[in-house]
Amino acid sequence: MLNKFPLWKNLLILFVVLMAAIYSAPNLYPDDPAVQISHESEEITEFDIGSITAALSAANVNYFGDVVDGRTGLVRFSNLEDQLRGKAIIERTLGTGYFTALNLAPTTPGWLQAINAGKMSLGLDLQGGVHFLMEVDMDAALQRRMENNLSTIRQLLRSERIRSRSLTLENSNLIVARFDNEEARSETRSLIRENFADLQNVTRESGESFSLELSLSEADILQLQRDTITANKTTILNRVDSLGVSEPVVQQQGSNRIVVELPGVQDTAQAKRILQRIATLQFHLEAAPGAPSTSYTTYEYQGQLIDVSNDVILQGDRVSNVRSALDQQGLPQVVINLDAQGGEQFSRVTRDNIGTLMDIVMSETKTRSTFTTGADGEVTEVQETYEEKRLISHATIRAALGREFVITGLSTSEANELSLLIRSGALAAPMYFVEERTLGPSLGAENIKQGTQAVYLGFGLVLIFMVFYYRLFGLIANAALAVNVLLLIAIMSIISATLTLPGIFGIVLIVGMAVDANVLIFTRIREELASGLSPQGAITAGFDNALSTIIDANVTTLLVGVVLFSIGTGPVKGFAVTLMIGIITSVFTAIIVTRALVNLTYGGRAVKELSIGKYA
Amino acid sequence: MAILGRQFDFMSLAKPFGIVSIAAVVISIGSLFINSLELGLDFTAGSLLEVGYSQPVSVSDVTERMRAAGYPDAQVVAFGSDQDVLIRLPSDDTVSQEEMAASLVSLGDDILAALDDGSGVELTLNRLEFVGPRVGEELAESGGMGLLVALGIIMIYVAIRFQSKFAIASVIALFHDVIITLGIFSLFGLQFDLTVLAALLAIIGYSINDTIVVFDRIRENFRIMRKATPYEMINVSLNQTLSRTIITAMTTQLVVCAMLILGGESIQGFAIALTLGILIGTYSSVYIASSLLLYFDVSKEDLMVPVNKESSQDSTP
Repeated sequence: MLNKFPLWKNLLILFVVLMAAIYSAPNLYPDDPAVQISHESEEITEFDIGSITAALSAANVNYFGDVVDGRTGLVRFSNLEDQLRGKAIIERTLGTGYFTALNLAPTTPGWLQAINAGKMSLGLDLQGGVHFLMEVDMDAALQRRMENNLSTIRQLLRSERIRSRSLTLENSNLIVARFDNEEARSETRSLIRENFADLQNVTRESGESFSLELSLSEADILQLQRDTITANKTTILNRVDSLGVSEPVVQQQGSNRIVVELPGVQDTAQAKRILQRIATLQFHLEAAPGAPSTSYTTYEYQGQLIDVSNDVILQGDRVSNVRSALDQQGLPQVVINLDAQGGEQFSRVTRDNIGTLMDIVMSETKTRSTFTTGADGEVTEVQETYEEKRLISHATIRAALGREFVITGLSTSEANELSLLIRSGALAAPMYFVEERTLGPSLGAENIKQGTQAVYLGFGLVLIFMVFYYRLFGLIANAALAVNVLLLIAIMSIISATLTLPGIFGIVLIVGMAVDANVLIFTRIREELASGLSPQGAITAGFDNALSTIIDANVTTLLVGVVLFSIGTGPVKGFAVTLMIGIITSVFTAIIVTRALVNLTYGGRAVKELSIGKYA
Repeated sequence: MAILGRQFDFMSLAKPFGIVSIAAVVISIGSLFINSLELGLDFTAGSLLEVGYSQPVSVSDVTERMRAAGYPDAQVVAFGSDQDVLIRLPSDDTVSQEEMAASLVSLGDDILAALDDGSGVELTLNRLEFVGPRVGEELAESGGMGLLVALGIIMIYVAIRFQSKFAIASVIALFHDVIITLGIFSLFGLQFDLTVLAALLAIIGYSINDTIVVFDRIRENFRIMRKATPYEMINVSLNQTLSRTIITAMTTQLVVCAMLILGGESIQGFAIALTLGILIGTYSSVYIASSLLLYFDVSKEDLMVPVNKESSQDSTP
């Protein structure tokens, strides 16, 4: 009845408020638009930065804060326009081999960074950039696998001299083999069972033909889907790297879609072109010493120069599966499965070449800009596509390689990386864009402004009203509301939640709804006063009685927030996150912070009257 | 306590308001069937471009140029200022997935080129949105499911915390709120996009908030007031919670007004839906939910919970 919190409780609440203030502080430091420079293999030097800054000054572009950090360099600009112009100039100055990326460089002071206090990440609608949703054609992947199986089966039947009437692929998951008699069919059946662990079979009889229907099991289809999506995701990740975006997001969504988010990207057409490319894989032998220079290409691989013969001994689309595994001694290796045709081709070549080195080359079409200065001194940008080839594996052939072979001599990480690369080159399925949202950065900045203005106005209106209607208690409620918003921002900063425009409006909404809990308590206190309780008693009764109502009401809104979170995408998801966190902080501040402040004001002493507004 | 210095007999108006509500719901459903909802891009397929000009431009000019450039189905509206337009391109069912994806690559540049009449006016593409057909459909479906799931969860929660009659009454009130809000959107041709769906869910949250506060007071009064009839008890409860109801509605509406004034174009649908929702939600908590309780003949016995740990918690309302 004394309405006094013990000292430790008050200190604890103070501590929480202080922490909230500290951890939401980083959001006060706006990021600088910046350009990040890196090189594909070397470090960035002072010399590089020097040439950049000279070029920028010559073009009258203001910059500041250039910094070299070993692998990367950074130049900051004061606005987005300068940032874009600066990027173009820097690209032109540095030439090929260098990557430039648009970046938002943090300005958080060191001591805040040391305690891991960071800003909330900004959604694309506040930052500008592009969001893609790409759908992977799983059917095409399934079809390709079954086609591989079909050609293998055909080979098998030929070599075992089993005659079939017909052998066709009826749809993407159905191979039908028709035989003249039961014997041929059952022989085939056992062959299939021996050689193909993943094909399920069904026998059917109609008329004179005995047919065998083969398809992949559900489990295997699922595995295929999983592998395909991983392959596609790897491909996208590699390509996104080359776009010069500093914090890209590539995530799987659902069973066959991939989300790609590229903040700050300006040239979305180029981004789309790059993301839609196809990569291919080819197997070669190492060039024989003394071979004519036109017959081989030199690649760099792990610091050495390797001469790779131009003849292709195997095409990547013959690969039907690849995985990294451990051999009998527990050493990492990459296991590659080929289809029948591939297996045959390959055994022929490798049988004659034991001891030679085999190379796997991955090639992708890329675009790059080159700048040419015309006779009139005008610089024009030309986009050209070129084929980029990379050597991804270089290993000795130790035995005749057939349909399944392994590559050894790798560390665990190398084995994983190689299998991912081979998979992305050989197993990725075609992808289509099914959704795109692009926002220019100026619109992003405008959105931020509008959002924060709405927050200030809404907040201000509520503050005024509360003081007017509930007097001193209203002031207390306002203080609790401020703590509420502070806590909300702090939590979102700590978990690096993404703030979107609807999210900012979520904060506005929370401000309006958070007051409700306080209103419930104050109305109750007024009632208790009217029914004759003493001021201290009224305070206690008010808080106690209102508690379960507050919890009931807010739990249901929280549940709604959870539902919204699961169905929403992008900006709306941000709203749901803000709503959910906001409700939790609202309940906390209304019950505990308000109580603490009321106790501090009125607690533990004889009070005649409460400044809680007229009982209306 | 009473707002006008006396007790207001809310339930006397239960019947007339009930008729008004039923009429409103029927009209809304009718409008939804006949007019249907103007679905935003999130739920249908197509493309949306926001183009900014460096000087004022007329919508008819832009439409002309789009038509001339081979986009006869383009819908152009002014957006915000007289220098910004919003171009909506419906999706083409005749092209295949690949073709659509291929044309998407250069869509922005193509449209800008088509709009450039060579007069030196600067055009910037502020925003581009493209939604493939399946994605839009899926979102519409999951949106609808989400609404139903939310309502279901709430019904279960209220049934646990109060009693099944309360649960049913509250959910009917929520349905009422959602349908009428949707009906108004449909009647006035307002665009329904993902943010409006978010607002609907926020409305459900707000309305159930309100309803529970009223129910809580009703439950408390049922236990305290021995001699009153349910009719009288509900009236008293409504009067007691009235000031809180009005104040919360007002503070929430204040912030929504802030959104309407300063929030910009993109949040208009959301803010309008919320404004409607606060009004209808408050009304439904007072009249629909409470009069349904009367209709269901709720009584003290309904709130009796078998003596166990739960009930000792329940007895402190």
